[in-house]
Amino acid sequence: MTGEDEDAAFAAIDVLSDPVRRRLYRLVASSPQDVGRDGAAEAAGVSRSLAAFHLDKLVEAGLLEASFRRTSGRTGPGAGRPAKLYRRAPGERAVSVPPRSYGAAGRLLAEVVDRAGLDRQLSAAARAAGLREGATADGCEDESGGCDSSGGGDGDPVPLLRDRGYQPFHDGDTVRLHNCPFHALAEEFPALICGMNLALVEGLISARSAGRWAAVMDPQPGTCCVALHCKTNSD
Amino acid sequence: MTDFHLAEVNIGRIVAPLDSPALAGFVEQLDEINALADGAPGFVWRMVGEDGADATALRPDAADDRLLINCSVWESAEALRDFAYRSDHMRVLIRRREWFERSVEPYLALWWIPAGRVPTAAEAMRRIALLRENGPGPGAFTFRNPFPAPDAAPPAAESASGQLGLRIGRPAAR
Repeated sequence: MTGEDEDAAFAAIDVLSDPVRRRLYRLVASSPQDVGRDGAAEAAGVSRSLAAFHLDKLVEAGLLEASFRRTSGRTGPGAGRPAKLYRRAPGERAVSVPPRSYGAAGRLLAEVVDRAGLDRQLSAAARAAGLREGATADGCEDESGGCDSSGGGDGDPVPLLRDRGYQPFHDGDTVRLHNCPFHALAEEFPALICGMNLALVEGLISARSAGRWAAVMDPQPGTCCVALHCKTNSD
Repeated sequence: MTDFHLAEVNIGRIVAPLDSPALAGFVEQLDEINALADGAPGFVWRMVGEDGADATALRPDAADDRLLINCSVWESAEALRDFAYRSDHMRVLIRRREWFERSVEPYLALWWIPAGRVPTAAEAMRRIALLRENGPGPGAFTFRNPFPAPDAAPPAAESASGQLGLRIGRPAAR
């Protein structure tokens, strides 16, 4: 990372130091759909004008993207002004003090593992790591959770996946992941890294949710390639 | 829309004969995944053997009865990428090591082909050889080292892989 890139990354991170702004960023960034000012204000518990101010600061910093769309479904005169909608901007920013280059190390390791054909060994290690983590996570003693979006069931895999940065959301009987924590590596080594990710998620959810949910490879545009299917209906 | 399509060839040595139990999981998904390719946006053509269903009967190297070939043509690199890495094709791709030996040499090559033409197995194998001999170039390249179509401008930063220092959109050598 050049000094210039690092300064830009620090500037973007600095924009997130305001707690309200950070709440709005998390809200929009983790939402599978674009978010309007009204929705963001309501969910963050702030006024519409304060939400609009912070959302536009986040756009200026390059952390969010804005677009305009008529949400009324009408067009032409009388359809009203188009609403300003926000979504997570592409691109990643990372800063480390002191400088660390785990991304570069990860890429080198992935290249060697890929070339050596160690996909299954990597997946086995990922599954074991997920199992360890899932078993020590809070509230993993019960498997009674349902599959609906009401959440709250103790077998609900959503909180655990949220803590891991996957930005999970309910889509009918499926839980999809809005964010891939390994995005750049997955773009470069899709078969290797997506297979690793699937095994990791399988391990993570197995302690609390394996009776209800199955992790599957189910790529959809704009989401992580792994999804969780509810097993209640089919089993 | 350019006057060029993207051709892809990918070869692999199966770990056991095609009709053995070790390959059953691969064979049983062939029809479904091929149908998925045929219906994918931007799909143009794929190579099939004499039975007309898939390419598993083809042996591009007469000296190696375990070497399979997969060869297809797409309207764009993005169309191929979407099918290969963002569809149910991924379900079989992540299991590749159960069925195919690893290869220390490049086993996948991409190149631009005039729209309307399709490659032969021999031409496809020459592209693999070219990549093995010279590394990525306009005549044979990879997803990680792409080259633009002959009449197209170099692609802008096309993916988000820049974070890890990936070099993409290298201008064509001319």
